Amino acid sequence: MLSKKEKKLIAEIWDRLKHVAEHIGSDALLRMFASYPGTKTYFSHLDISPGSEHLLSHGKKIVLAIAEGSKDISQLTVTLAPLQTLHAYQLRIDPTNFKLFSHCMLVSLAVYMGEDFDPVAHAAMDKYLSAFAAVLAEKYR
Amino acid sequence: MVEWTEQERDIINSIFSSLDYEDIGPKALSRCLIVYPWTQRYFGGFGNLYNANAIKSNPMIAAHGIRVLHGLDRAVKNMDNIKATYAELSVLHSEKLHVDPDNFKLLADCLTIVIAAKLGSAFTPEVQATFQKFVAVVVSALGSQYH
Repeated sequence: MLSKKEKKLIAEIWDRLKHVAEHIGSDALLRMFASYPGTKTYFSHLDISPGSEHLLSHGKKIVLAIAEGSKDISQLTVTLAPLQTLHAYQLRIDPTNFKLFSHCMLVSLAVYMGEDFDPVAHAAMDKYLSAFAAVLAEKYR
Repeated sequence: MVEWTEQERDIINSIFSSLDYEDIGPKALSRCLIVYPWTQRYFGGFGNLYNANAIKSNPMIAAHGIRVLHGLDRAVKNMDNIKATYAELSVLHSEKLHVDPDNFKLLADCLTIVIAAKLGSAFTPEVQATFQKFVAVVVSALGSQYH
């Protein structure tokens, strides 16, 4: 459950970070590929080497979607409806991977924000990313 | 048996020798209690855990965080035998402390984040992968004697 304060904090953080969407997004993806090699199987059609066009643009896409969702967290199901359909019927990424990506996103945030990624921000962000992942998987079955 | 390359050993040793245990230990444990509040169930006798600030300034939690981090030292010094090294601690956590082994992963994740915040970009994807391999072995070893 996210408090009002936490929702505000999350929206603020992503509002700042969307300007470095490519950097944060590609960093999180690289971390996921390094720690969980099985996740690479979903990207056989792309060049996911560090700094590649594909990686940067894909990372940017993901971060911007997360940032968009954070603007009004109570409306996540509405905001994410198209992405829900995409993931359920086309991409069909096993939802366990959402957890792996979320963890790596938290690490990227810690690396980028340092001490500013304090326990309160971490808790709020973890809850938000869990909620985001849950909504994303809603149409799977 | 877990295999470690020379590079992985270097990475783990380098991370731990760069850590200030008095700083990182308390940070990791207090973060775990804040991010995963249900873990507070094991710390009933530790005084005020009422909110994030209380947890962060709680001296008993800080002391315990330091102890836990020093406990990890034993794995760093015995990387080829982590399971045996932690057999006794595993029994302790199971029989005496009654800690759900799922909690070990929660603390490990918080420690990863604290170290990431500390090391910044030096905590590269490869370093992270090695560190996560290490804590996964530790977590597994601590859960190994549960029955």
